[in-house]
Amino acid sequence: MSTRLGTGGRLIDRTHKLNFSFNGKRLKGFAGDTLAAALMAENQMLVGRSFKYHRPRGIVAAGAEEPNALMNMGRGAKFEPNQRATTTELCEGLTAASQNHWPSLEYDIGALNQYAARVLPAGFYYKTFIHPRPFWKHVFEPIIRQSAGLGQAPKDRDSDRYEHFHADVDVLIIGGGVAGLQSAVIAGRAGARVLLLEQTAHWGGRAPVDGVEVDGQAADIWINNTVQALEAMPNVRLRARCMGAGVYDHGSVLAYERLTDHAPQTDAPRHRLWKIRAHQIITATGAIERPLSFAGNDIPGVMLAAAIRDYVVNYAVSPGDRTVIVTNNDDAYRTAIALHHAGLMVPCIVDARPTATGALPEQARALGIPVKTGTAIAKVKGGKRVTGVALCQQAGEGSVTEEIACDAVGMSGGWSPVVHLWSHCGGKLNWEDQGQFFRPDPARAPISHDGNAFVSAVGSADGHMLTQAVFDSAAAIGTEIATRLGRKVATEPVNVTGPQEQPLVPVWVMPQGAPVEARSKMWLDFQNDVKVSDVQLAAREGYESVEHTKRYTTLGMATDQGKLSNINGLAILANELNARIPEVGTTTFRPPYTPISMGAIAGEARGDIFQPLRRTPLHDWHEDHGAHWEPVGHWRRPYCFPRGEETHAQAVAREIKATRTSLGLLDASTLGKIVVKGPDAGRFMDMLYTNMMSTLQPGKCRYGLMCSENGFLMDDGVVARIDEDTFLCHTTTGGADRIHAHMEDWLQCEWWDWKVFTANITEQWAQIAVVGPNARKLLQKLGGGMDLSASALPFMGWAEGKIGDFDARVFRISFSGELSFEVAVPASQGRAFWDALHAAGAEFNATPYGTEALHVMRAEKGFIMIGDETDGTVIPQDLGLGWAISKKKDDYLGKRAQERAHMIDPARWKLVGLETLDGSVLPDGCYAVAEGVNANGQRNTQGRVTSTYHSPTLSKGIAIGLVLHGPDRMGEIIEFNKVDGGVIRTRIVSPVFYDPEGEKQNV
Amino acid sequence: MLILTCPNCGLTAEESELAPGGEAHLKRFGPGSEDADFEGYLFQRANPKGVHFERWRHAYGCGKWFLAARCTVTLEVFGTYPAQTTEPPTEIVNKIKAKRPDWSLS
Repeated sequence: MSTRLGTGGRLIDRTHKLNFSFNGKRLKGFAGDTLAAALMAENQMLVGRSFKYHRPRGIVAAGAEEPNALMNMGRGAKFEPNQRATTTELCEGLTAASQNHWPSLEYDIGALNQYAARVLPAGFYYKTFIHPRPFWKHVFEPIIRQSAGLGQAPKDRDSDRYEHFHADVDVLIIGGGVAGLQSAVIAGRAGARVLLLEQTAHWGGRAPVDGVEVDGQAADIWINNTVQALEAMPNVRLRARCMGAGVYDHGSVLAYERLTDHAPQTDAPRHRLWKIRAHQIITATGAIERPLSFAGNDIPGVMLAAAIRDYVVNYAVSPGDRTVIVTNNDDAYRTAIALHHAGLMVPCIVDARPTATGALPEQARALGIPVKTGTAIAKVKGGKRVTGVALCQQAGEGSVTEEIACDAVGMSGGWSPVVHLWSHCGGKLNWEDQGQFFRPDPARAPISHDGNAFVSAVGSADGHMLTQAVFDSAAAIGTEIATRLGRKVATEPVNVTGPQEQPLVPVWVMPQGAPVEARSKMWLDFQNDVKVSDVQLAAREGYESVEHTKRYTTLGMATDQGKLSNINGLAILANELNARIPEVGTTTFRPPYTPISMGAIAGEARGDIFQPLRRTPLHDWHEDHGAHWEPVGHWRRPYCFPRGEETHAQAVAREIKATRTSLGLLDASTLGKIVVKGPDAGRFMDMLYTNMMSTLQPGKCRYGLMCSENGFLMDDGVVARIDEDTFLCHTTTGGADRIHAHMEDWLQCEWWDWKVFTANITEQWAQIAVVGPNARKLLQKLGGGMDLSASALPFMGWAEGKIGDFDARVFRISFSGELSFEVAVPASQGRAFWDALHAAGAEFNATPYGTEALHVMRAEKGFIMIGDETDGTVIPQDLGLGWAISKKKDDYLGKRAQERAHMIDPARWKLVGLETLDGSVLPDGCYAVAEGVNANGQRNTQGRVTSTYHSPTLSKGIAIGLVLHGPDRMGEIIEFNKVDGGVIRTRIVSPVFYDPEGEKQNV
Repeated sequence: MLILTCPNCGLTAEESELAPGGEAHLKRFGPGSEDADFEGYLFQRANPKGVHFERWRHAYGCGKWFLAARCTVTLEVFGTYPAQTTEPPTEIVNKIKAKRPDWSLS
């Protein structure tokens, strides 16, 4: 059984006990423990079930590479699935639960799958569920969905806070082991702005666990001194619990800092996402140990040898009383020695190499640990826990030579550099035969904007597995980077004392001639249940590409993304294909390095500040008066102002009636307002609009259309000529920024010699439409001396002056068909002006109206709305707006495009009004059906509805739409489809339903 | 995330400050032009694996458009220059040639 040792544990504080629970069991650990360490100390080696076969799963690793120990963590609003126990720091009251089993971790029905493993080979799903076709949707998928997935999705809203943080540094060092620290010291002393990140809570990485001496002292001492020295440098920042998650173009890096996961009571943000721009990046990300492939290597109690060492040295946790070490290299002997020093039994070291004569094997022998060379594990015995191993000759086919009782196995197949961050942005790899791993190729590093490399790897991330070499590489790269940044460097050599190691011998299958029964028990991917036999089957079925094999077998697709399985799987595939491993290549390394929380990605952008809200000067008034809001662009506009028990429809009808019969007030401040000014302004306006704008007289307004160069209508609005050099362009609410950008694009990039400026002044003015038969009376009542009579200020004129005490521009334009004055006052006067209008307007029943009343009234008049009548495929000619297209101009944006054959096709659908025979309201967007069917067997169509409303003015449904030859078919009856089947008989009519002569607006 | 230096305001800008605008140095064909010319102007775009001239706007900065010469494979930026030009400046062309001897301005 696994247990806590009586002494030792360099990271734990035995005076500080912590309570936590696992699957409802109340357990205890120490401050400094990881959850995995505390679970093992409480003899909880079984921590989960595998994905496919629901096999018992134990803790394998001690860090980010852990594939098995995934937990549902926390409760309620702090619940989060799939958290690694190995990277979770224990805290008081922590609640963890294992995943992917039913009814319990110990007795899981799904484990029956493993007995069907022979009929669940690689590609089982693809092969099985393809026939019969309808079964997928109705039978297979619901069952698979039920059993798929690891953790549960959170149900409650996340109660934690998250934030983003931006940083710009000269040198970013990712990894706070001795390589990262040494690089940081050199770059820091050289004066560079350095940021050093370490994903765990502790600096120094593996060096203290491996027992090396640095400059004649224990590694811990060098690490502490170095961290202190770095903390004293003002130009160096250190962040622990902060993982370099991804490296992107031109030195852009995302880092993921876990601020309070270890102290959830703290009132600080939980996670912080760093967005870093680094001139140079050093990856000091270390290496990950590889498992060995032998039968039963997935049974709980089989762990990575170095992880066992971590648990013993860092947490004083023994994985078992008797631990067999199996290896193909010298490094694993360190684990045997550490176990021995902790007073634990190592029955033997199984070394697949023919000989083992290095310093470490000799040391182990001297301690009395039996070393069996040329030997392999034929099979691990046990179910939910290792009970022993059967040994055989590595060179043979697995005949058992002896059996050894044990309760843990430490395996080591060598080490692979963590090349993820190097590779994210295009860094290439070389295969290194000596260590059997991929390492960064400095000649093919990621390239920055200046064409130079911006990522360098140091230490074991660069394939240097001995500590002295780690220091040397860190010094060399640190110096090179500082020099590259133009800084002077002084380095002092660091001397490491530690044993030399003999090379490993590649061992991809153990024993080398293992039969298929054994190979189908050799796990490559522990979480996804991918075995040696699965990869071999894929190769036999013709999968040659490693990327295809990955997807076919799901190798490396588990949450650890192949950190343990990748190289082993490649080696098996290469062997089957008779290729060298580098010829097979690796799968693509993609960020993030380990999963990061969705909360960190969102940062503060949630709730009210998810998106900035634009507020008109009247926003608060609307809110105080019960506006029902409608989002329009980044604005909120009142949809209507319901009173008492009114429904929205009733409110809209009331607002329209008040406006049409007396007086309505509309906040039109959101309308885009762009000034176009300069000696060439008229010429420029003629290019922007389809109409002739240069002939517009100062004091006059003109409705204008704006098309894209592709000919399609993109915006409309009223243009007022302020003076000879100046135009004021009104745009749609949502279009202001886009249209301003459009103008600037043409001015800067095509007609840059034209003397014109543009300015977006949308927010400088509050604009209020005063609408209805009593509109003039109200404004006159306010006084100020402007002559607002029809003769002085006729329809489509504008004037500047005083309304009451307010500085006003008054535009006589109408989007409702009523007598209408749009009055613009400086934004700062907007609210006071609005209040004054209401006060003076009380006698006229002045009624604020919202966007829906505006929409209905404009539809009653047959006015188009950008986004309703247009959808990016509609040209002005479709909308009966030919009168607004100048025939005299040689050119305007979109003119050439509108000459194309498709644009002048008489069969284009054209705008008409639509009236249902029964007075009902047509469904929005419905289609008019025509005879026959198209090539896909669908009913032919001859038109569609673009706007449809109930008109309170006319007490019936009205609609406008685009219909084939529509304007030539006035009075004809066509049929529109209903959503629930059936058709609505509809008459084609003029789109102007109300006051066709325009008598009401022109008074 | 790219960084590009805006030649107008001189700032080295993050990609999130910039808005892309597609291929640079297009010649506009207006009314009266041949269908093929107009189609080329409106729709046909170079999509090189290598050196590309492209439009960017410093949208969340000075608001000005500028042009960049950039390698679409390595993302190396050979230079940025004002938008008010119909062809890449000689200096930029020379810079590219120095680094990519096989490349020529087509």
